[in-house]
Amino acid sequence: MLISLYCMGFKNRYYFFDGTYSSYQLLVINFKKWEAQMSNKVLQMNNIMKIYSNGVVAVEDVTFELEKGEIHALLGENGAGKSTLMKILFGLESPEQGKIILNGKETTMKSPQDAISKGIGMVHQHFMLVPSLTVADNIILGVEPRNKKIFIDSDKSVEISREIAEKYNFEIDVRANVEDLTVGVKQKVEILKALYRGADILILDEPTAVLTPQETEELFVQLKKLKETGHTIIFISHKLDEIKNICDRATIMRNGKSKGTYNVSDISTSEMSKLMVGRDVVTEFNKKPPILKKTVLKVRNLTVTGSTGVVRVNDLSFDLKEGEIFSIAGVEGNGQGHLVEALTGLTKNYKGEILMFNENIKKHSIKKIRNFGVAHIPEDRMTLGCAKNMNILDNILSIQYDNKEYSGKIMLKSKKIQNRVNELIKEYLVKCKSYKQSVGMLSGGNIQKVVVAREFSTNPKIIIADQPTRGIDVGAASFIRQRIIQFRDDGCAIILISADLNEVFELSDRLAVMYKGKFAGVFNDVENLTEEELGKYMLGIKHDDRLEGIIYEQ
Amino acid sequence: MNSNTRFNILRTILSVGIALSISFIIIFFTSQEPVKAIVELLTGPLKSTRRFGNVIESMIPLIFTGVGVSIMFSANQINLAGEGSFHIGGLVATYIALNTTLPTGLSPIICILLAGVAGSLVTLIPAILKVKTESSILVSSLMMNYLILYFGNYVLSYFIKDSTAGSIVSYAIPEMTQLSTIFAGTRIHVGLFIAIAISILGYVFLYKTKVGYELRVTGENQDFARYSGISIVKITLISSLLGGFIIGVGGGVEILGMYNRFSWTSLLGYGWDAIIITTLAKKNPLYVPFAAFFLAYLRTGASIMARSTDVVTEIIIITQGIIILLVVAEQFLSKFKHKMIAKEAKATLENMKGAE
Amino acid sequence: MILNALFSPEFINATLRTTTPILFATLASAVASKSGITNMALEGIMLFSALFGVIFSAAFHSAWLGLLVTMVLGGFIGFILAFFVLKLKTDEILAAIAINLIATGGTVFTLLTVSGDRGVSSSIKSLQLPKITLPIIENIPYLGQIISNQNILTYLSLIMVVVVHIFLYKTPLGLRIRAVGENKDAAESVGISSKKVQFIALIISGVLASIGGFFLSGGYMTYFTKDMSAGRGFIALAAATMGGNTPVGGLLVSLLFGAAQAFSNIMQMGGSLPHELVQMLPYITTLIGLGIYSYSLMKKRQRLSGK
Repeated sequence: MLISLYCMGFKNRYYFFDGTYSSYQLLVINFKKWEAQMSNKVLQMNNIMKIYSNGVVAVEDVTFELEKGEIHALLGENGAGKSTLMKILFGLESPEQGKIILNGKETTMKSPQDAISKGIGMVHQHFMLVPSLTVADNIILGVEPRNKKIFIDSDKSVEISREIAEKYNFEIDVRANVEDLTVGVKQKVEILKALYRGADILILDEPTAVLTPQETEELFVQLKKLKETGHTIIFISHKLDEIKNICDRATIMRNGKSKGTYNVSDISTSEMSKLMVGRDVVTEFNKKPPILKKTVLKVRNLTVTGSTGVVRVNDLSFDLKEGEIFSIAGVEGNGQGHLVEALTGLTKNYKGEILMFNENIKKHSIKKIRNFGVAHIPEDRMTLGCAKNMNILDNILSIQYDNKEYSGKIMLKSKKIQNRVNELIKEYLVKCKSYKQSVGMLSGGNIQKVVVAREFSTNPKIIIADQPTRGIDVGAASFIRQRIIQFRDDGCAIILISADLNEVFELSDRLAVMYKGKFAGVFNDVENLTEEELGKYMLGIKHDDRLEGIIYEQ
Repeated sequence: MNSNTRFNILRTILSVGIALSISFIIIFFTSQEPVKAIVELLTGPLKSTRRFGNVIESMIPLIFTGVGVSIMFSANQINLAGEGSFHIGGLVATYIALNTTLPTGLSPIICILLAGVAGSLVTLIPAILKVKTESSILVSSLMMNYLILYFGNYVLSYFIKDSTAGSIVSYAIPEMTQLSTIFAGTRIHVGLFIAIAISILGYVFLYKTKVGYELRVTGENQDFARYSGISIVKITLISSLLGGFIIGVGGGVEILGMYNRFSWTSLLGYGWDAIIITTLAKKNPLYVPFAAFFLAYLRTGASIMARSTDVVTEIIIITQGIIILLVVAEQFLSKFKHKMIAKEAKATLENMKGAE
Repeated sequence: MILNALFSPEFINATLRTTTPILFATLASAVASKSGITNMALEGIMLFSALFGVIFSAAFHSAWLGLLVTMVLGGFIGFILAFFVLKLKTDEILAAIAINLIATGGTVFTLLTVSGDRGVSSSIKSLQLPKITLPIIENIPYLGQIISNQNILTYLSLIMVVVVHIFLYKTPLGLRIRAVGENKDAAESVGISSKKVQFIALIISGVLASIGGFFLSGGYMTYFTKDMSAGRGFIALAAATMGGNTPVGGLLVSLLFGAAQAFSNIMQMGGSLPHELVQMLPYITTLIGLGIYSYSLMKKRQRLSGK
């Protein structure tokens, strides 16, 4: 019996045969079940381990398997290891240990090109398109059709691109320059790129992070169609409701380990989030009603033109009082970034008035504006929010080194600074070795905590928080949101710009929607607003030009 | 972080070793007496007080340029006009010395200070261009060097040339303006003290003062600096100004300490040397003297070798180039580093598992 | 009087000559920059090529073979730069400075070892590529004097402008180079090895620069002198930038600098101005040109965003 078992190719399983006929039958049944399962598995990643060059164990002994034709969610906080796992699958990283078995054959992914040739395609969170080239050029890049062997056949490029767009029912003008396209369309181009190269397995990394609710719906329709044509999709996200909506199974990762794979229909969102963080995530903050004091910010007829000459903020006006959280919701790219730049002094290129504490800030330097008590949590923490090669202390000092407590006329007071930074590290629960550790070595959530620690430690009167919890783990996000509410209760005036609708609903006292540089609507009663309604305003389907409540005083 | 620094030091030593080995191989193939050449190169400077003095005196200009470049590079201003700054420093010091009469103690000081001012103007021009027109400081600073060289030749030939001398040199610089020698039997001059002082002051400036902090932050991430309220324009100008000043002072010190006539008709290369020194010293002014000593030793050894064998000094320039290449190569031996760190992390994991 | 001199056919003819090395270097800089890497080692490559040109043409008794070998070696130096920058992750400026240093010392050292000459290749007879007189064109009054009777390499440099243009905009490799230079991640995501593309771009850059260097000692001058590249590699960086890193733009700017150099040469030989001052001309031209160009670019950006 054992001999025949070995002949059937059983190398890694150990079966105990005690000699009875019934046991043998059981064995055969199990083997047949196993065989049936195996043939459906299009991908198997076994015992993967990845250690980064800074010593962080990103993935620790993870096993992940994928069935053909399913939409499989890969769930986890930032730092859980899901991006790393997919980078290994796509050949961007190589694991210290572990096996990848694709369609029953063991392989290694040596590079993205290698992974692509094996039928794996990836749509990244940050688009990988060349802006000055056309859609067609971007699609055929790397596999250009030739004219006489050395030249590119541009007519053929356009033809090919049109064909593939039609095949999958994407409506795109393939001759358009990528830089002129909207975010939703750019994502479609990304997906087409992968499909053109013969991807059977599509990895989508946080695909809905930049889409409106309606665009998300469109995407889901597309994904279901792709499922029908036999493609398999790995859906990386931490949006539990979307996963419930569209995914078949979900693998949950936490701290580099896999917490198991589940059928989505068999598990609830609270169970999923428990597995993700190991505790019930506090979703209710129980805010007290706001106590509004004086108006600290008045914006009148603000118009900001971007670097390409396109008007990004169009005749915007609003007020802000102490003690409230005023949220500006909207899909990225509707002018929020330019508004923040104008408010913080990062750009002086605008028309209209911005009055802080009744003073026009047009001629004020960034430093002077900050000295008014303005704190700014930037949207992109890595480019604007920190100097990743410097240590935590240097990163926190950058807005308070002029303070009499921390420096004299010329010299810095090192001891005082060190003590203060250590205090802040404790207070903001920054996970690090010491203040000497360089910020680039910390996880995303901890870097954001350093940013928040810096900005909040100057006792600000106005806080401008631009996507403050984007891309960080739930624990850190929760901590930061609680802090924001604390400041609001202490009389701070807060502008919150966020694309995270949950956050917007949880934190806002007053809510405005920004669409194409204007306010599409203002909501003073956030509790009774639905996500669907909000989505309509965000997409420009609905707008209310009365904007009641946007200005407190003339 | 300790293992990281240990690794970096090891890698630097290995890079130097490899660069020297390659140079030795070249010497073996091209020289009739390779062994003698290499011995002279490596041990020549130690053979007499005068020779070791040569090392120290060569070190002095290198410290000045090294600190100047360290300051500019710390602000991420890749301003390569140091060559020009040094040159004009020497020229101005000579000119002032020749054309003014100042009390004894004051004379060298005034010359050196004005040399510094001239040097700072040279590095300032590319910086101003950058601020006003957003042009590349790299290219404009390179142009400055050639401009200063030819300008210097012009001034030398038309204004201060001593036509009675055999070659194109200036008139003799008055004794009282020259810097006095410290140690008998060598040419080491007072400039050494100034150099060491500059190195310490440079360190204090960069790491202990507000402006130095602003400068370093700007160098690390300009967007972050601006967002924090730091004035990028101020830093761009100050870093080039200060760097050029120090380098100009170095030029003045060199002329007054080592020469009695201005004779530079080509650029001396200290600006390029400064880049190696800055790289080795990791932009820290405090480490600059050590890197300068190392380079000066090699240079002195090379010239001793050149005098007594058939190998020219240019070989050492080749060595310098190779050293830069290897020291700055992040990935050089990075596989080792990665293995070391992975081993460490795995071991930590095992320990944690064992403790459970 | 000076204006007359500037527009005389002799002057323009001379300009074309002096532009040749600068143009090659500019094209080299443009190709490298399009792929995303600043090639500051052009100076060193030209210097090495000037020496190799002399040595190998003499060794093979053929200027053509000398040119070929020089081009190969130029490409090789481009390869080394790429190796250090791309494989060993060296900073591109520092690596270039290192190569320029090695060139400065290495050329003098090699010359000494090979021929015993110190600094000037007096004992080696440098062979040049032929000058060509274009049959019919040489008889056209004004134009003929300008265009005809130039070294073959001068014609080659002009042809190269067209070749490089077609290469960058009409071939797959050119498309990839532009993609890698504009968005490396995008190129990688479709499986293009940005490293491979940049390697190739740097090698091409090295080859182009080496032709310019060859011309320096075999056409422009007839011997090698130490430091004879005199900053042309750096001027080329400015020229390429000012030309938007396009071949045609680079041609126009190179001509400008070539003219400045030609003017300086003429003034040195018989002018009333001290020759040291005149030597400053090409560099001042570059400085001012760079300033004006950057300023207008800045103004355009500001205008666009409605200041």
